[in-house]
Amino acid sequence: MTETQEALRLEGITKVYPNGVIANKDINFSVNVGEIHALSGENGAGKTTLMKILFGEEKPTAGEIFIDGDKVNIQNPSDAIRLGIGLVHQHFMLVPSLTVTENLILGIEPVKGLRIDERKARDQVSEISKKYHLIVDPDAKIQDLTVGQKQKVEILKTLLRGVRILILDEPTAVLTPQETKELFYELKLLRSAGYTIIFISHKLNEVKELCDRITIIRHGQTMGVFDVSSVSEEEISRLMVGRAVKLKVEKEAANPGAAAIRVRGLTILDDSGKPKVKNVSFTARRGEIFGVAGVEGNGQSQLTDAITGLGGYQSGSIEINGLNISGKSVREIREHKLSHIPEDRMKTGIAPRLSIENNVIADKIFRKDFNRFGFLNLSKIAAYGLEMVNRFRVSCKSAQVHINSLSGGNIQKVVLARELSSDPDVIIANQPTRGVDVGATEFIRQELVGMRNQGKTVFLISSDLGEILGLSDSLIVLYEGEITAYFPDASSVTEEELGRYMLGVEKQSDAEIRRAVHE
Amino acid sequence: MPAIFSYIFSVDFFFMWIRVATPIILVALGAVVCERSGVVNLGLEGTMLIAALFGVLGSYFGKGLLPGFLLGIASALVVSLLFAFFHLVLKANNVLCGTAINTLAAGLTVFVLQMVTGEKGTSASIKSYSYPEVNIPILKDIPILGEILSGHNLLTYLAIVLLFVVMFLLFKTPLGLRIRAVGENPHAAESVGIPVVRIRFIAISICGALAGLGGMYLSMAYLPIFARDMTAGRGFISLAACAMGRANPIGVFVSALVFAFFDGLSNILQVLRIPAEFVQMMPYAATILGLTIYSIHRAHSLQRKHS
Repeated sequence: MTETQEALRLEGITKVYPNGVIANKDINFSVNVGEIHALSGENGAGKTTLMKILFGEEKPTAGEIFIDGDKVNIQNPSDAIRLGIGLVHQHFMLVPSLTVTENLILGIEPVKGLRIDERKARDQVSEISKKYHLIVDPDAKIQDLTVGQKQKVEILKTLLRGVRILILDEPTAVLTPQETKELFYELKLLRSAGYTIIFISHKLNEVKELCDRITIIRHGQTMGVFDVSSVSEEEISRLMVGRAVKLKVEKEAANPGAAAIRVRGLTILDDSGKPKVKNVSFTARRGEIFGVAGVEGNGQSQLTDAITGLGGYQSGSIEINGLNISGKSVREIREHKLSHIPEDRMKTGIAPRLSIENNVIADKIFRKDFNRFGFLNLSKIAAYGLEMVNRFRVSCKSAQVHINSLSGGNIQKVVLARELSSDPDVIIANQPTRGVDVGATEFIRQELVGMRNQGKTVFLISSDLGEILGLSDSLIVLYEGEITAYFPDASSVTEEELGRYMLGVEKQSDAEIRRAVHE
Repeated sequence: MPAIFSYIFSVDFFFMWIRVATPIILVALGAVVCERSGVVNLGLEGTMLIAALFGVLGSYFGKGLLPGFLLGIASALVVSLLFAFFHLVLKANNVLCGTAINTLAAGLTVFVLQMVTGEKGTSASIKSYSYPEVNIPILKDIPILGEILSGHNLLTYLAIVLLFVVMFLLFKTPLGLRIRAVGENPHAAESVGIPVVRIRFIAISICGALAGLGGMYLSMAYLPIFARDMTAGRGFISLAACAMGRANPIGVFVSALVFAFFDGLSNILQVLRIPAEFVQMMPYAATILGLTIYSIHRAHSLQRKHS
């Protein structure tokens, strides 16, 4: 780089929420024109708050923002967009039933008389999408797009509004390796076109690959700014967490035993009658972590719902520890020693407005320990809550606080505490570390491996490739509801290989896939 | 009962069908705009009732139709904005807001009616104006068709025009796109700088104006006077029509016609000395039946697709 010019500077940003939580403490953050700058830190470290302040969604308690050297006052997202700041949200901000074009022109519609000038809108969209190689069908409805395509629409949305500084909030969390590669290519293209990009991520290998500089924050404070090429992944994670973290999962070879989950010829249809899971058969055994890889939306949710009894299925059979679960209630299945760490912890994992201790005993409320003749034994519940908080290292003021006051990682630890403390034989873990910070991720993975070492079955669904490959002993790949591959030894598979099966580019022979049945 | 059929397949019945459908179409179109913006306006019943009274009063005091129209629409807007203010600004639950509006309207109309006319039942003692009936040239001379379609009230024809206006508004204009975006994903709309609350205010106002027309149709077209509680659930039937038509203007229009058919049918059956209570139940029973048949049919066609 010949001459660096500052695109953006945040000075002394402090944010104290009304409930007294200090999210940002005197943060300084500066980004140069034409660089890709990583912003890394654990969950709850204050990254998101900082970006919300920058995008006008939150107001700082103190501090100043400068763009191209001029002090600015950002009251709301419209101000931010006008100043050339665009945010690609982690959860896409798109209207599903509208077309790509309609989503893109929303709020800046070209008009002819009273009506929207549809032709001009299409021309604008295809022009900008060609210019930056972000190719999407302008007439497709958002609901029919893949996650990767939706993200392109999100990026196009900001570009169409003349944004010069692009913030991407954990953009790769939901992408396949191939899509991630594509995204990186596009981002580098944007960088060479003079765009400034802020890349929020805690995937360190991606930061290393893509970014020029990195700012690390921890507990709401800046831990430093580094040239990415001059720091190692270990150093970055140590600065993020405040201690050395084992990035690799360490585990001994598995010693699989008898069948624990036996699925045969399972077919599941959605409400409109489309098959979501097609004739799937496999056996997950005791003492192994059985992985299910796949791009999200390829039948994983339906499969987990069926196994846990939350959703129905049309044909085939599911046995848990020899119990055919057809027609059994969730409670009956759970009493057969099944635990479930659900995909969406806020929706199905917890009751957000209850306390930690109430959440922890939610599945044990029928037990005599906690419930005598229909009355709750509050002191026992309190003691149990405290025990769980300590054992699972949930950082909180007390076990009586509302669970939604915790960070994502700590909420997930509570879910883990509830599910693992019920002495399960089979643990269904769906995206167990999604949106969870490095420290908590390490802890959760160790717990799952620990369960496996005790001879239990862990059924792991994850779209994080590093996780699925690092944690699983054996694994299947789902593509459009079908098994496209079975790998008896997950450690022998590369991410690229797995990616090809996940995208349906390749498929194993029927005989190879049938090995998953173990009969 | 062949007698029924001879009643149904008569010019008079079809004419009446259109007559009773008009207010439901108008108000249901309003409900569509509201629903599309993500607000279920449960206060439609009360909004109609208020406009029905104030339309009459406006024409009485202003001695003309135009003042009646203006005051009717204005009163509907005021009530709608009240609903919008409580729901959108003070974040009160829309069921509570809607119920409050309906309760308020039921009491307020009788109170005002008594203040002006000295009576609690109807406005028969004061002279108010009605919207004119329109004979459509050429069409009116065609036998049967002309008798059914011509000679309706001005507001009936306006309702048909408004159907297309609402479709144009929702699907062809920037405002319509914003309303739909706000209704489906307010966060997405907000993220591109669209003021969600303001768009909903506008949608509720449009809805209010349409509900106002529907209300005035009752007291200044269907009947020439205001009578207490004369809306008789039409606001809620319009909401049901909006739901059954899945907030799609054409679908809602058809649903409104279905409800109106049973409404009309109940008028005939009264003539045939079937108990009034049974007859009055029909439009509502028809709704439940219709929705049941619809979902059974849907499940059935699903199953067939798979076997």
